[in-house]
Amino acid sequence: MNRRWLLLAPLGIAAGAGASFYAMLSGMKRGTFDPRGLPSQLIDKPLPEFNLPGFSRADVVKQGRPVLLNFFASWCVPCIEEAPTLMKLRAARVPLWGIAYKDKSEATDAFLLRHGNPFAHLARDLSGDVGIEWGITGVPETFVVDGSGIVRWHFAGPLPDEAAQVLATRFAA
Amino acid sequence: MIRILVVLLLLAAPAFAISDPREALPDPAMEARAVTFGTTLRCLVCQNESIEDSGSDLARDLRRIVRTKLAAGENEAQIRTWLVARYGDFVLLKPPITLFTLALWASPVLCLLVAGLVMLLMRRSTATPPAPLTEAERRRLEGLTRT
Repeated sequence: MNRRWLLLAPLGIAAGAGASFYAMLSGMKRGTFDPRGLPSQLIDKPLPEFNLPGFSRADVVKQGRPVLLNFFASWCVPCIEEAPTLMKLRAARVPLWGIAYKDKSEATDAFLLRHGNPFAHLARDLSGDVGIEWGITGVPETFVVDGSGIVRWHFAGPLPDEAAQVLATRFAA
Repeated sequence: MIRILVVLLLLAAPAFAISDPREALPDPAMEARAVTFGTTLRCLVCQNESIEDSGSDLARDLRRIVRTKLAAGENEAQIRTWLVARYGDFVLLKPPITLFTLALWASPVLCLLVAGLVMLLMRRSTATPPAPLTEAERRRLEGLTRT
Protein backbone atom coordinates (compact mmCIF):
# COMPACT_ATOMS: atom_id res chain seq x y z
CA MET A 1 0.00 0.00 0.00
CA ASN A 2 2.86 2.33 0.95
CA ARG A 3 4.65 1.56 -2.24
CA ARG A 4 1.60 2.40 -4.34
CA TRP A 5 1.22 5.67 -2.46
CA LEU A 6 4.88 6.51 -3.09
CA LEU A 7 4.41 5.82 -6.77
CA LEU A 8 1.26 7.92 -7.05
CA ALA A 9 2.50 10.93 -5.02
CA PRO A 10 4.89 12.33 -7.68
CA LEU A 11 2.26 11.75 -10.35
CA GLY A 12 -0.28 13.65 -8.26
CA ILE A 13 2.14 16.52 -7.66
CA ALA A 14 2.98 16.69 -11.37
CA ALA A 15 -0.72 16.67 -12.29
CA GLY A 16 -1.45 19.45 -9.78
CA ALA A 17 1.43 21.57 -11.04
CA GLY A 18 0.35 20.96 -14.64
CA ALA A 19 -3.21 22.05 -13.92
CA SER A 20 -1.97 25.19 -12.13
CA PHE A 21 0.39 26.13 -14.95
CA TYR A 22 -2.35 25.56 -17.49
CA ALA A 23 -4.68 27.87 -15.54
CA MET A 24 -1.96 30.55 -15.34
CA LEU A 25 -1.06 30.31 -19.02
CA SER A 26 -4.65 30.41 -20.22
CA GLY A 27 -5.26 33.37 -17.89
CA MET A 28 -2.29 35.17 -19.44
CA LYS A 29 -3.67 34.41 -22.90
CA ARG A 30 -7.08 35.82 -22.03
CA GLY A 31 -5.49 38.80 -20.31
CA THR A 32 -7.11 38.08 -16.95
CA PHE A 33 -3.86 37.10 -15.26
CA ASP A 34 -0.65 39.10 -15.29
CA PRO A 35 2.23 37.48 -13.38
CA ARG A 36 3.97 40.86 -13.13
CA GLY A 37 0.78 42.69 -12.20
CA LEU A 38 0.55 44.42 -8.87
CA PRO A 39 -2.83 44.78 -7.14
CA SER A 40 -3.52 48.34 -6.06
CA GLN A 41 -3.38 48.92 -2.31
CA LEU A 42 -5.96 51.70 -2.69
CA ILE A 43 -8.97 49.50 -3.48
CA ASP A 44 -11.84 50.30 -1.07
CA LYS A 45 -9.64 52.93 0.59
CA PRO A 46 -10.11 56.70 0.41
CA LEU A 47 -8.29 58.51 -2.35
CA PRO A 48 -5.06 60.03 -0.96
CA GLU A 49 -4.94 63.78 -0.46
CA PHE A 50 -3.43 65.68 -3.39
CA ASN A 51 -3.45 69.15 -4.81
CA LEU A 52 -2.07 69.47 -8.32
CA PRO A 53 -2.15 72.26 -10.86
CA GLY A 54 -5.41 71.38 -12.61
CA PHE A 55 -7.45 69.79 -9.85
CA SER A 56 -7.23 68.49 -6.28
CA ARG A 57 -8.75 65.61 -4.35
CA ALA A 58 -11.50 67.97 -3.15
CA ASP A 59 -12.48 68.71 -6.78
CA VAL A 60 -12.90 64.98 -7.46
CA VAL A 61 -14.94 64.31 -4.31
CA LYS A 62 -17.07 67.45 -4.88
CA GLN A 63 -18.59 65.73 -7.93
CA GLY A 64 -20.57 63.45 -5.66
CA ARG A 65 -20.56 60.79 -8.37
CA PRO A 66 -18.02 58.27 -9.65
CA VAL A 67 -15.09 59.62 -11.65
CA LEU A 68 -12.66 57.73 -13.87
CA LEU A 69 -9.07 58.92 -13.29
CA ASN A 70 -6.36 58.14 -15.82
CA PHE A 71 -2.60 58.58 -15.40
CA PHE A 72 -0.89 59.10 -18.74
CA ALA A 73 2.16 60.73 -20.30
CA SER A 74 3.19 61.92 -23.74
CA TRP A 75 6.34 59.77 -23.53
CA CYS A 76 4.34 56.62 -22.93
CA VAL A 77 3.78 54.41 -25.97
CA PRO A 78 0.89 52.32 -24.54
CA CYS A 79 -0.90 55.64 -23.89
CA ILE A 80 -1.07 56.21 -27.66
CA GLU A 81 -2.61 52.77 -28.01
CA GLU A 82 -5.09 53.65 -25.28
CA ALA A 83 -6.05 57.07 -26.69
CA PRO A 84 -8.88 55.85 -29.04
CA THR A 85 -10.43 53.84 -26.19
CA LEU A 86 -10.43 56.92 -23.95
CA MET A 87 -12.04 58.97 -26.76
CA LYS A 88 -14.83 56.35 -26.89
CA LEU A 89 -15.34 56.79 -23.15
CA ARG A 90 -15.58 60.54 -23.65
CA ALA A 91 -18.15 59.98 -26.40
CA ALA A 92 -20.11 57.82 -23.93
CA ARG A 93 -20.09 60.80 -21.51
CA VAL A 94 -18.03 59.01 -18.88
CA PRO A 95 -16.54 61.59 -16.49
CA LEU A 96 -12.88 61.02 -17.32
CA TRP A 97 -10.19 63.07 -15.60
CA GLY A 98 -6.56 62.92 -16.63
CA ILE A 99 -3.32 63.28 -14.70
CA ALA A 100 -0.19 63.84 -16.80
CA TYR A 101 2.57 61.89 -15.03
CA LYS A 102 6.13 63.29 -15.08
CA ASP A 103 5.50 65.06 -18.35
CA LYS A 104 6.50 68.50 -19.62
CA SER A 105 3.42 70.68 -20.03
CA GLU A 106 4.12 71.49 -23.69
CA ALA A 107 4.63 67.80 -24.46
CA THR A 108 1.33 66.89 -22.75
CA ASP A 109 -0.53 69.58 -24.68
CA ALA A 110 0.98 68.44 -27.98
CA PHE A 111 0.05 64.82 -27.17
CA LEU A 112 -3.58 65.77 -26.48
CA LEU A 113 -3.73 67.85 -29.69
CA ARG A 114 -2.41 64.97 -31.73
CA HIS A 115 -4.33 62.04 -30.22
CA GLY A 116 -7.43 63.90 -29.00
CA ASN A 117 -8.26 65.15 -25.52
CA PRO A 118 -10.67 62.76 -23.78
CA PHE A 119 -10.39 64.48 -20.39
CA ALA A 120 -12.97 66.71 -18.72
CA HIS A 121 -10.21 67.97 -16.43
CA LEU A 122 -6.46 67.76 -16.66
CA ALA A 123 -3.96 67.87 -13.80
CA ARG A 124 -0.18 67.83 -14.04
CA ASP A 125 1.95 65.67 -11.73
CA LEU A 126 5.32 67.06 -12.78
CA SER A 127 7.39 65.45 -9.99
CA GLY A 128 5.54 62.12 -10.06
CA ASP A 129 4.99 62.31 -6.28
CA VAL A 130 1.21 61.96 -6.58
CA GLY A 131 1.73 58.89 -8.76
CA ILE A 132 3.84 57.30 -6.00
CA GLU A 133 1.26 58.37 -3.42
CA TRP A 134 -1.31 56.39 -5.44
CA GLY A 135 1.10 53.47 -5.84
CA ILE A 136 1.31 53.54 -9.63
CA THR A 137 4.27 51.76 -11.20
CA GLY A 138 3.97 53.16 -14.70
CA VAL A 139 1.60 54.73 -17.17
CA PRO A 140 -1.16 54.35 -18.17
CA GLU A 141 -3.06 53.37 -15.04
CA THR A 142 -6.76 53.97 -14.47
CA PHE A 143 -8.79 54.26 -11.26
CA VAL A 144 -12.51 54.49 -10.53
CA VAL A 145 -13.26 56.72 -7.55
CA ASP A 146 -16.83 56.67 -6.23
CA GLY A 147 -18.93 59.66 -5.16
CA SER A 148 -17.59 59.60 -1.61
CA GLY A 149 -13.93 59.54 -2.66
CA ILE A 150 -13.32 55.81 -2.18
CA VAL A 151 -11.22 54.02 -4.82
CA ARG A 152 -13.29 51.17 -6.25
CA TRP A 153 -11.38 49.83 -9.23
CA HIS A 154 -7.90 49.94 -10.71
CA PHE A 155 -6.33 48.87 -13.96
CA ALA A 156 -2.64 49.00 -14.93
CA GLY A 157 -1.80 49.26 -18.61
CA PRO A 158 -3.82 50.47 -21.58
CA LEU A 159 -7.57 49.95 -21.04
CA PRO A 160 -8.91 47.22 -23.31
CA ASP A 161 -11.96 48.16 -25.40
CA GLU A 162 -14.03 45.53 -23.57
CA ALA A 163 -13.24 47.12 -20.21
CA ALA A 164 -14.16 50.54 -21.60
CA GLN A 165 -17.53 49.19 -22.81
CA VAL A 166 -18.29 47.75 -19.36
CA LEU A 167 -17.24 51.03 -17.74
CA ALA A 168 -19.44 53.04 -20.13
CA THR A 169 -22.54 50.95 -19.35
CA ARG A 170 -21.83 51.02 -15.61
CA PHE A 171 -21.31 54.79 -15.61
CA ALA A 172 -24.49 55.31 -17.65
CA ALA A 173 -26.51 53.31 -15.10
CA MET B 1 46.16 51.99 -31.22
CA ILE B 2 45.04 48.84 -29.38
CA ARG B 3 47.02 49.94 -26.34
CA ILE B 4 45.23 53.28 -26.29
CA LEU B 5 41.91 51.48 -26.58
CA VAL B 6 42.76 49.15 -23.71
CA VAL B 7 43.78 52.08 -21.53
CA LEU B 8 40.56 53.91 -22.42
CA LEU B 9 38.49 50.80 -21.61
CA LEU B 10 40.24 50.43 -18.26
CA LEU B 11 39.61 54.08 -17.47
CA ALA B 12 35.89 53.86 -18.24
CA ALA B 13 33.94 53.68 -15.00
CA PRO B 14 31.39 50.87 -14.81
CA ALA B 15 27.87 52.19 -15.22
CA PHE B 16 26.22 51.74 -11.84
CA ALA B 17 22.59 52.73 -11.59
CA ILE B 18 23.24 55.16 -8.77
CA SER B 19 26.27 56.75 -10.36
CA ASP B 20 24.95 60.26 -9.99
CA PRO B 21 26.67 61.72 -6.93
CA ARG B 22 23.99 64.39 -6.74
CA GLU B 23 21.58 61.70 -5.50
CA ALA B 24 23.71 60.85 -2.47
CA LEU B 25 23.15 62.46 0.90
CA PRO B 26 25.96 64.80 2.06
CA ASP B 27 26.40 62.84 5.30
CA PRO B 28 28.27 59.59 4.42
CA ALA B 29 26.86 57.69 7.43
CA MET B 30 23.32 58.67 6.48
CA GLU B 31 24.00 57.78 2.83
CA ALA B 32 25.28 54.34 3.91
CA ARG B 33 22.08 53.85 5.89
CA ALA B 34 20.02 54.82 2.85
CA VAL B 35 21.93 52.36 0.64
CA THR B 36 21.57 49.51 3.16
CA PHE B 37 17.86 50.18 3.47
CA GLY B 38 17.39 50.73 -0.26
CA THR B 39 18.84 47.31 -1.12
CA THR B 40 15.95 45.69 0.80
CA LEU B 41 13.35 47.48 -1.35
CA ARG B 42 12.14 46.13 -4.66
CA CYS B 43 12.00 48.29 -7.75
CA LEU B 44 8.40 47.89 -8.96
CA VAL B 45 9.44 48.29 -12.59
CA CYS B 46 12.39 45.88 -12.85
CA GLN B 47 10.89 43.67 -10.13
CA ASN B 48 13.99 41.62 -9.37
CA GLU B 49 16.29 44.51 -8.66
CA SER B 50 16.47 46.64 -5.56
CA ILE B 51 15.84 50.36 -5.91
CA GLU B 52 19.56 50.90 -5.33
CA ASP B 53 20.46 48.70 -8.31
CA SER B 54 17.76 49.72 -10.73
CA GLY B 55 18.16 52.39 -13.37
CA SER B 56 14.42 52.96 -13.78
CA ASP B 57 12.77 56.33 -13.21
CA LEU B 58 10.53 55.02 -10.46
CA ALA B 59 13.54 53.55 -8.60
CA ARG B 60 15.25 56.95 -8.78
CA ASP B 61 12.13 58.63 -7.37
CA LEU B 62 11.94 56.05 -4.57
CA ARG B 63 15.65 56.54 -3.77
CA ARG B 64 14.97 60.25 -3.53
CA ILE B 65 11.97 59.71 -1.24
CA VAL B 66 13.93 57.31 1.02
CA ARG B 67 16.74 59.85 1.34
CA THR B 68 14.43 62.79 1.92
CA LYS B 69 12.58 60.93 4.65
CA LEU B 70 15.78 59.65 6.31
CA ALA B 71 17.22 63.15 6.29
CA ALA B 72 13.97 64.40 7.84
CA GLY B 73 14.57 62.05 10.79
CA GLU B 74 12.24 59.18 9.92
CA ASN B 75 13.54 55.69 10.65
CA GLU B 76 13.56 52.66 8.35
CA ALA B 77 10.46 51.09 9.92
CA GLN B 78 8.42 54.25 9.31
CA ILE B 79 9.53 54.51 5.68
CA ARG B 80 8.87 50.81 5.17
CA THR B 81 5.30 51.21 6.47
CA TRP B 82 4.82 54.22 4.19
CA LEU B 83 5.97 52.25 1.14
CA VAL B 84 4.00 49.10 1.98
CA ALA B 85 0.83 51.21 2.32
CA ARG B 86 1.31 52.32 -1.31
CA TYR B 87 2.83 49.30 -3.03
CA GLY B 88 2.01 46.38 -0.74
CA ASP B 89 4.40 43.77 0.66
CA PHE B 90 5.72 43.25 -2.87
CA VAL B 91 7.94 46.32 -2.42
CA LEU B 92 9.93 44.38 0.19
CA LEU B 93 12.55 42.05 -1.30
CA LYS B 94 12.22 39.88 1.82
CA PRO B 95 8.52 39.14 2.22
CA PRO B 96 7.17 39.17 5.79
CA ILE B 97 5.56 36.02 7.20
CA THR B 98 1.82 36.32 6.63
CA LEU B 99 -0.93 33.81 5.99
CA PHE B 100 -0.21 34.12 2.25
CA THR B 101 3.56 33.67 2.50
CA LEU B 102 3.43 30.92 5.10
CA ALA B 103 3.72 28.22 2.44
CA LEU B 104 6.73 30.02 0.97
CA TRP B 105 8.55 30.27 4.29
CA ALA B 106 7.56 26.78 5.39
CA SER B 107 8.55 25.10 2.11
CA PRO B 108 12.16 24.19 3.14
CA VAL B 109 10.92 22.57 6.35
CA LEU B 110 8.10 20.84 4.46
CA CYS B 111 10.57 19.51 1.88
CA LEU B 112 12.76 18.07 4.65
CA LEU B 113 9.75 16.51 6.36
CA VAL B 114 8.51 14.92 3.12
CA ALA B 115 12.00 13.65 2.28
CA GLY B 116 12.34 12.16 5.77
CA LEU B 117 8.95 10.51 5.48
CA VAL B 118 9.80 9.05 2.08
CA MET B 119 13.10 7.68 3.39
CA LEU B 120 11.37 6.15 6.38
CA LEU B 121 8.74 4.48 4.21
CA MET B 122 11.36 3.18 1.80
CA ARG B 123 13.44 1.70 4.62
CA ARG B 124 10.39 0.04 6.09
CA SER B 125 9.19 -1.37 2.79
CA THR B 126 12.49 -3.06 1.80
CA ALA B 127 11.50 -6.68 1.22
CA THR B 128 12.67 -9.20 3.83
CA PRO B 129 15.20 -11.64 2.33
CA PRO B 130 13.53 -14.89 1.15
CA ALA B 131 13.45 -17.71 3.67
CA PRO B 132 16.19 -20.35 3.24
CA LEU B 133 15.21 -23.46 1.27
CA THR B 134 13.57 -26.28 3.15
CA GLU B 135 15.15 -29.72 3.12
CA ALA B 136 12.61 -31.01 0.54
CA GLU B 137 13.22 -28.03 -1.78
CA ARG B 138 16.96 -28.43 -1.51
CA ARG B 139 16.74 -32.09 -2.48
CA ARG B 140 14.44 -31.28 -5.40
CA LEU B 141 16.79 -28.59 -6.67
CA GLU B 142 19.73 -30.97 -6.44
CA GLY B 143 17.76 -33.48 -8.48
CA LEU B 144 16.99 -30.85 -11.12
CA THR B 145 20.52 -29.54 -11.48
CA ARG B 146 22.19 -32.96 -11.58
CA THR B 147 22.94 -33.91 -15.14
